[in-house]
Amino acid sequence: MTDTQTDGPYRTPGVRAADGLTPHGERPRPRPRRVDHLALLESHAIFVLREVAAESEHPVLLFSGGKDSAVLLHLAVKAFRPAGLPFPVMHVDTGHNFPEVIKFRDERVSQLGERLIVASVQDSIDRGRVPDPGQNASRNRLQTTTLLDAIAEHSFDACFGGARRDEDKARAKERVLSFRDTFGQWDPKRQRPELWHLYQGRVQPGEHVRAFPLSDWTELDIWQYIRREGIGLPDIYFAHRRLVVERDGMLLAVCDWVAPAPGEAVREETVRFRTVGDATCTGAVVSTARTVTQIIDEIAVSRVSERGATRADDRFSETAMEDRKREGYF
Amino acid sequence: MPRAGEIATDDTHDTGMDLLRFAAVGSVDDGKSTLIGRLLYDTRQLFDDQVAAVEAASARRGIGEVDLSFITDGLRAEREQGITIDVAYRYAATPRRKFVIADCPGHVQYTRNMATGASTADLALLVVDVVNGLREQTRRHACIAALLGVDQFVVCANKMDLVDWDEGAYREVTNDVRELAARLGVSSWQVIPVCALRGDNVVERSQAARFYEGPTVLEALEDAPAGAWASGHGTRSGAGARLPVQWVLRRPGGGRSYAGMVNGGALRAGDEVTVLPEGWRTTITGIETYDGPLDEAPAGISVSVDLADDLDVSRGDLLAVASDAPAVVKDLVATVCWFSDRPLRGGDRLRVKHTTRTTPARVSAVRGRLDVNRLQIDLATELANNEIGTVDLTTAVPLAVDPYRRDRITGSFVLIDEGTNATVAAGMVGEPHLAGDRAASSQALTASGSPA
Ligand SMILES: Nc1nc2c(ncn2[C@@H]2O[C@H](COP(=O)(O)OP(=O)(O)OP(=O)(O)O)[C@@H](O)[C@H]2O)c(=O)[nH]1
Ligand SMILES: [Mg+2]
Repeated sequence: MTDTQTDGPYRTPGVRAADGLTPHGERPRPRPRRVDHLALLESHAIFVLREVAAESEHPVLLFSGGKDSAVLLHLAVKAFRPAGLPFPVMHVDTGHNFPEVIKFRDERVSQLGERLIVASVQDSIDRGRVPDPGQNASRNRLQTTTLLDAIAEHSFDACFGGARRDEDKARAKERVLSFRDTFGQWDPKRQRPELWHLYQGRVQPGEHVRAFPLSDWTELDIWQYIRREGIGLPDIYFAHRRLVVERDGMLLAVCDWVAPAPGEAVREETVRFRTVGDATCTGAVVSTARTVTQIIDEIAVSRVSERGATRADDRFSETAMEDRKREGYF
Repeated sequence: MPRAGEIATDDTHDTGMDLLRFAAVGSVDDGKSTLIGRLLYDTRQLFDDQVAAVEAASARRGIGEVDLSFITDGLRAEREQGITIDVAYRYAATPRRKFVIADCPGHVQYTRNMATGASTADLALLVVDVVNGLREQTRRHACIAALLGVDQFVVCANKMDLVDWDEGAYREVTNDVRELAARLGVSSWQVIPVCALRGDNVVERSQAARFYEGPTVLEALEDAPAGAWASGHGTRSGAGARLPVQWVLRRPGGGRSYAGMVNGGALRAGDEVTVLPEGWRTTITGIETYDGPLDEAPAGISVSVDLADDLDVSRGDLLAVASDAPAVVKDLVATVCWFSDRPLRGGDRLRVKHTTRTTPARVSAVRGRLDVNRLQIDLATELANNEIGTVDLTTAVPLAVDPYRRDRITGSFVLIDEGTNATVAAGMVGEPHLAGDRAASSQALTASGSPA
């Protein structure tokens, strides 16, 4: 299915399956390191991970199973091996998942021997924390309550996230260390100054920071790094045949929560996903890219942004992301 | 212009391409966001859906044409008020190089955000409305950028359309910039007549400015040397290698190694180092990364190091090559940019975060305040919000500092309010940094070292 060892979905036998378990020093001596763009991005992300882990009491790494969180987890391993991660990994689970992503999540975390916390939106619904929007409605926005409840329950004071500034115009404004008040809110008019690489994440009890080590990475940087490092990903990122319906100009995968409405035709397409989120609002793109290199070539000439192509949740209003972030979203 | 997509994406070529980090600065409404929007639009960095969203947002507000400032002014409040509130970071690439762009706010109230954007920039794109010329806020931004160590200015004499491309207006800006740059010790500067609104001399050369034969804004940005933030996380050549200890890595089988990012210069296995502030001497026996050991770690790279001796080294300590170690001080003179409504006064207690150490500190005295119009330091006893001045600082534990001019990492700090935890100042260690030297207060004010 794939052409090279480190260039394909995570099931490819050649992908370094046990990375992270090998104590460093036992690996073959690496090629002399060129300090290029990706090396500097990697080094900075590792710096942020170590800095925040050292300065917070109860950090946590948010892991969705998507490509950005796969990169983030990989960087965390690089920052702290040969020891274990000094924080657990947490998935805010909408319940509207692609099974491939959950499988990848579980395999990856157990392979690394790290601790996984699953904060479930379904639980929040069952406990009456949020109204049930109905079986087929997007649970994207509901994640905020589940996330903030989990932060309170575990007394997390720092949450690592894989968000990038090139994703959205509100994210473009956010600090690497982004302060959240006791309500979990982001106030874009009152962000802390962030000078040089002096990241300052002191908080009072009940407050927390979100830390974004991938702030300065672009979508292209992420894929080039995935290729260089041989990072495994869920299969849905690579072209495959799938039943889809077209809705609001997006191709949604037909699944338990996405059924064709009257008048909508189901068809089979060769698609892949550019982002991974709630299945009810994450669109697929038509693509034949089956390897990381083919994906890099494809996004390099794409005329549509990553989220523009695939996220219904950003289409509600002009400032949908900002509004969600103000409420405490990722 | 080709857009990002048309550059080679081959791993070896693309990732080896050089990078420039620059910040758009200057007074409010002079056209920074419009200029950055124009630059991105005309180099086709924007995706179709992003252009469509900006068109729709402009139409919704009854703006006939596309408001290019909306490309970076992405917050609701920014679009409502028509000003930039906080820095927007954008990423661009032309066939020549990659860019990380910080579009800073001009309003004096958001000076702290401008300083944030400029603190990791290697070049300042200083935008001046040619109708008003250099204003106090233009000078403040230029001062802050220069203090932060930005030593290249590309100045845009913007809104040339409003003066009918009058050469005299352009010359006036050029003369003022020449004088300002000389006083600030900025050696590399040029002034480009532009109209950000229409795109003249931004990416496309303008027919309107017949008197001007220099580069367009894009050409100037492509030709500028890359600088220290692009290549080594702020490291400029000069200081010896340093490694502020971030984290102690324990090996499962026993033994410790010390993790952090190298700065100042390359660190090598076998180097004799001093552990500061303690002053212990030891030797680096190995430099580790997840990918394996290195003989040499260049500045800007995150590593962990093994030491020959079993010493009680912890986070906040600094390893420095023994031949060129920073000074260990509890009293220092520094230039600070103050960012709080509450004025800074002698006797104030704060926290200082310097490299990986945070410790209580007391401002023993405010010495002077920079008059940004006259570029002169006046005697002062307090600093108001957004003012720049020199202070004497006493820290609770000794810090290993270099003058900011030598090393941006060991020469910089932030001040933190003990009550609110807000970051309230950016600080740069002066030269000479020891308190008590009267000459220090004036010398500390220019990053280039020439007294203001
Ligand atoms: N006539 C004319 N107007 C311009 C030009 N460039 C910008 N403007 C206008 O100047 C106003 C301010 O532009 P912005 O780009 O928002 O200014 P800014 O410097 O980013 O402002 P802040 O970020 O708030 O400091 C807007 O109304 C622009 O349309 C120009 O070249 N000519
Ligand atoms: Mg602006």
